[in-house]
Amino acid sequence: MDQAFGRLVDGTELSLVQHWPVRRPRPVAERLPGDRPLVTGQRVFDLLFPVAEGGSVAVPGGFGTGKTVIEQSLAKFAAAQIVVYVGCGERGNEMAEVLTEFPRLTDPHTGRSVMDRTVLVVNTSNMPVAAREASVYLGITVAEFYRDMGYTVAVMADSLSRWAEALREIGARLQEMPGEEGYPTYLGNRMGKFYERSGRVVAQGRPERTGALTFISAISPPGGDFSEPVTQASLRVAGALWALDATLAHQRQFPAVDWETSYTLYADATAPWFADAAGKDWTHLRRDILELLQRERELREIAGLIGAEALQDADRLVLEAAAVVREAVLGQNAYDPNDAVSPLGKTYRLAFLARSLYESARDALRAGVPFEALDLGPARHTLVVARYAPPEELEAAFARVEAAIDALRAAGSEVTAEAPPSAREPPFAPEPLPVLESPPERRADA
Amino acid sequence: MKPLQRTYRGARAASGPLLYLEGARNVCLGEWVAIEVPGQPARRGQVIDAGERVTVIQVLEETLGLPPARAEVTLTGETATTVVGRELLGRAFTGTGSPADGLPGPVGEAIRPIWGAPMNPSRRQRPSDFIETGVSAIDGMNTLVRGQKLPVFSGSGLPGLELASQIVENARAPRGEAFAVIFVAIGITARETHAFLDRFERSGAMERSILYLNEARDPTIERLLAPRVALTQAEFLAFEAGMHVLVVMADITHYCEALREIATAREEIPGRRGYPGYMYTDLAGIFERAGIIAGREGSVTQIPILTMPDDDITHPIPDLTGYITEGQLVLSRDLHRRGVFPPLDVLPSLSRLMNAGIGPGKTAPEHREWANQLYAVYTRGREARTMVSIVGEAGLGESDRRALEFAERFEREFVDQGERRRSIEETLEVGWALLETLPREDLLRISDQVWEARRARREAP
Repeated sequence: MDQAFGRLVDGTELSLVQHWPVRRPRPVAERLPGDRPLVTGQRVFDLLFPVAEGGSVAVPGGFGTGKTVIEQSLAKFAAAQIVVYVGCGERGNEMAEVLTEFPRLTDPHTGRSVMDRTVLVVNTSNMPVAAREASVYLGITVAEFYRDMGYTVAVMADSLSRWAEALREIGARLQEMPGEEGYPTYLGNRMGKFYERSGRVVAQGRPERTGALTFISAISPPGGDFSEPVTQASLRVAGALWALDATLAHQRQFPAVDWETSYTLYADATAPWFADAAGKDWTHLRRDILELLQRERELREIAGLIGAEALQDADRLVLEAAAVVREAVLGQNAYDPNDAVSPLGKTYRLAFLARSLYESARDALRAGVPFEALDLGPARHTLVVARYAPPEELEAAFARVEAAIDALRAAGSEVTAEAPPSAREPPFAPEPLPVLESPPERRADA
Repeated sequence: MKPLQRTYRGARAASGPLLYLEGARNVCLGEWVAIEVPGQPARRGQVIDAGERVTVIQVLEETLGLPPARAEVTLTGETATTVVGRELLGRAFTGTGSPADGLPGPVGEAIRPIWGAPMNPSRRQRPSDFIETGVSAIDGMNTLVRGQKLPVFSGSGLPGLELASQIVENARAPRGEAFAVIFVAIGITARETHAFLDRFERSGAMERSILYLNEARDPTIERLLAPRVALTQAEFLAFEAGMHVLVVMADITHYCEALREIATAREEIPGRRGYPGYMYTDLAGIFERAGIIAGREGSVTQIPILTMPDDDITHPIPDLTGYITEGQLVLSRDLHRRGVFPPLDVLPSLSRLMNAGIGPGKTAPEHREWANQLYAVYTRGREARTMVSIVGEAGLGESDRRALEFAERFEREFVDQGERRRSIEETLEVGWALLETLPREDLLRISDQVWEARRARREAP
């Protein structure tokens, strides 16, 4: 491959091999705004904190909060054409796991092995520090190369903190004046530079090709404290924050994404695409779910003081409904064959049904059904079952959830029938459910 | 006299454990040094800084009474090595690998540098063999597998070492394969060593084990070498002699303190709480030596024990350890006070390789769901417990009250097992019995399929 197949006028040999200094970004013709999301297959991200193709995400979390599981799930299931996975200063056995598991998995978008679209850059924690510093740059340069060919590329770096520590170690050996927590003063600057290497671009040359490079980096803050320099420097440049929380992880709520701290700047830009691909009221649905979770957070604080029994019925329902959302929608089991990846349609339907469960129970409460008499059990159970249902049984599972919710609604209307008409709420009219399907075909570029 | 050996008379200065030598040529980093002073016992040291003019030597033994001007310093031209071999089984050594049991030094099968080479990740085999430790909270909830590194996060006064000895005593090779236990004492007291060995001897596994002992009274610097010497031997036994080796190291906190002591003596820029910035890399150099190499028989499994200063899990030592190891077993002072043994708090504990070690053909098909369910209810019960202290039991909902009682019984009946060994079947049974005290609606993590299968099994005679 490195044999020359041609020669330029000035004598430069042309071959199929390209050499590029890893620390210098490859040039592009034009940078484009990101308006389509990188569908991750993880409900909590697709629904609540989407990332645009060409975006960048920081995923900080203490040890045991599931950073690596998230990075690996994304590497396996995210809708990218090429995945570059940089194992930077992490465990050797994890890399062994990737190497055993990835070749066995099928990429749902191409039907070929996941390994075929993956490039691994490995520097385990006991390998030389100088190589660790270079490994992230290497990964991102390889990714840029594919981006320039017109592919959508996702780079997962696990973890950027180890890279920063390598920088610190080298800086200390060079006897540089340390900045915050011993990190060199140029840490923020360097980090900003390679976060900025993500983006959706038009590549140089002909024919015109658009490619995207999405950068998702895990961060391991010491003691799980996000105020440390690496996390803070990332937040200044990253477009989304998926904050992982140790308390949630201890509760085995995975992915342990703290929906209060996390944010995304891509929600508005990607909303039209989601509305088109998943369901028209996607934006509403997202807002309603976020609102429910926010309300739950406030109520929990009160409940912690006065006890859940002492809350009003409507508030107790919020707690119950939020528990359903956490369990059936946000929670996702990375080791379950049917739950590890959630197509957009499934995510939408689960969230939609969780919301109708809440709304119909709320309507029943308003109609005068006492909270104790509300039986959320069947609806909740069927919803969790649907989460784990194999694809071919999904429709049937959803039908059972709907039946359970209908029963709830019926309980409400029985009471309303007896009540004076003025107390009656406008009839509940659900949006027509979209048919389950995978998102529209991706551009057949490159 | 070896060809590369060079002797210099008189060093320039000594400070703390460091000796400064001037004018030495062709010094290599990590070179082994012998230091003689007339009328004093011989000392050993290691080059930690090879400068153009000044060579810094880290002295292993006590430097009190060492006159730099009269010292005779011999650079041996060799880096630290150790003798490895099967004949070391059943013996006791110091942290540097010299005999500590009064017997002559071993001839061994090979001499190896103690630093080891990092395993190529693509040559590693993914660990997936279940180790039955006989401890329910580990086997059931945080399963240990071969080739894993699973530390015990203890606190001062908590029975971390007792738990380790219980694991060592119970964790036999399931299919009768060759196995060995290596115990590395790093700066622990003679009492702790005795307590561990006493229990260990009773289990009759002494001839399958090697001890590397660096106790609190031994040289500090040796603490940095002891785990590396031991792991070099472990790697030989595992990858060349085909044994399954379990390495117990206590206490990593002393190791890190020794590291900090040296770093300060070298006037390095301190990181968090005075520990050097490279502590992560240094610890990784130890912990990453656990694993299995594809195509070789044996495995190296590590159970490091560390003491969390002031029970603080965010202290740099447990923090960095947790980032490197494949999970952690956290001991709880609260459970210990209530007489629960082992006082394992399953919520912050974790085994990252658990999923590879459980399931059909290994433990039980429903193991994952079963463990998830126990976790879910226990978490709820623990939350309810915090709530009770504020609002009283009357303020709890029905299912919270059930979870509260469950949490109590879970700690008493599942976690607390005293000295008894439980097989994995017994562990699963105890867990099921607890789960079955709850109504089906509280057990959403259990699928209908598993639930039915369990019912059918229970009703069968």
